Amino acid sequence: MAITSIKNLKEFSTNNDRFEGAHTLCPGCAHSMIVRELMNCTDDNLVIASNTGCLEVSTAVYPFTSWDTSWIHIGFENAPSAISGAEAMHKARKKKGTLKDGEAPVKFVAFGGDGSTYDIGFQWLSGAMERGHDFTYICLDNENYANTGGQRSSATPIGAHTSTAQAGTHSYGKKQKKKDIVSIMAAHGAPYVAQLAPNKWKAMAKGFQKALETEGPCFINTVSPCCTEWKFEPKDTIGITDLATDTLMFPMYEIIDGHELNILYRPKNILKVEDYLGAQGRYKHLFKPENKHVIELIQKNIDDDWAMLQRREEARV
Amino acid sequence: MQDLKLKAAEKRGVHQLGGDNLVGWDEVTQGIVLTSFEGDATDVAHKKAEERSYSDFNSYTATVASWRVMKPVFNIDVCIDCQNCWVWCPDSSILSRDKQMLGIDYDHCKGCEVCVEVCPTNPKSLLMFSEYEDLGDALASWPEKKKKEKK
Repeated sequence: MAITSIKNLKEFSTNNDRFEGAHTLCPGCAHSMIVRELMNCTDDNLVIASNTGCLEVSTAVYPFTSWDTSWIHIGFENAPSAISGAEAMHKARKKKGTLKDGEAPVKFVAFGGDGSTYDIGFQWLSGAMERGHDFTYICLDNENYANTGGQRSSATPIGAHTSTAQAGTHSYGKKQKKKDIVSIMAAHGAPYVAQLAPNKWKAMAKGFQKALETEGPCFINTVSPCCTEWKFEPKDTIGITDLATDTLMFPMYEIIDGHELNILYRPKNILKVEDYLGAQGRYKHLFKPENKHVIELIQKNIDDDWAMLQRREEARV
Repeated sequence: MQDLKLKAAEKRGVHQLGGDNLVGWDEVTQGIVLTSFEGDATDVAHKKAEERSYSDFNSYTATVASWRVMKPVFNIDVCIDCQNCWVWCPDSSILSRDKQMLGIDYDHCKGCEVCVEVCPTNPKSLLMFSEYEDLGDALASWPEKKKKEKK
């Protein structure tokens, strides 16, 4: 595989973007930062499938396409199925020798939002992971159905206000815990599973390259702050991601072959979760005195998860 | 009523959908294919934007400049070419060639201000100005270097 250099940003910036501007994602959206970074990680030909979501509707506004690679969209849930089919066809045609250039390296990538990954497309994703196709699935996790007006998904964390889990006199927002998709995917026996964030561009690029290189189904969950639904200024996208990784709301780690866990980023000063919650409008109600217990609960969950990750890394399980 | 509707459509130069060319279910085109490039599209990864033969379907040929209220202005004298703005620009609008930052693609920039936030120089080499501010005036009003405050 033709890897491009990620030694430093200057060398990384010599890559030619294959994701064009004038898509209609909101200003400051992290989706396109993640997509651009993936496409700059390699010089190989890419075949990309997208689930329905912000990324799909914004990059394929008829009659325009923002993709300089092969890109396919079918339905809300079936990017993993579509990319499995494309990968199987490529393999078969390579064997038969009917490809125009059989030697050209091709990588298969599927993108999905958290709605289509955690909820609606879960069965399709699980099936593709089980069949063991050689592809990389990247979940752009913005913790709600942002494309349709910010409904709750199973990726929404406790206490967040969404349009279908509203905060008010009788409720503090969503009451259920976020689904641990990374562990679920690791349990499928996937050779490479990781959780990454766009503010640490080098760790993210390394993770992407590892996933593209690894044969077999790889899964990457990336944090994608949504300025519209998380309610912060578009310019703060990277700042919010910094807070997310430094408060360990989104710990960055990888799991190799389902058992070897490595933590990819250890913050020097672990911040209190209040800093992260206070920066966003969707958690505003948690700072009322009657909701103090929710913040304590979130902090406790974070501490427990971080302790578990560290134990797993030490014990290599 | 129908006539009135048709007349209005004629006036605006738009046409009723369907009409004479209604097609059966079996004749409907299944999906649609848009080509990003005219002719040969191999080896795109090694071609710079100016060397590529974009087709009219590629959103590179479109613009979202009207989304902007404020625009970022680039001051090449202060820039250290760290490329932070390039890696985090969500709209592929930072023009970087041969490890150097050259400027901003104002056709694709939406004015989100992420580049200004991540700029590490003192004073910042990217700052937000009003969309109607002249570039020369903006550069002339660039702030001085801030001294570190002693505690």
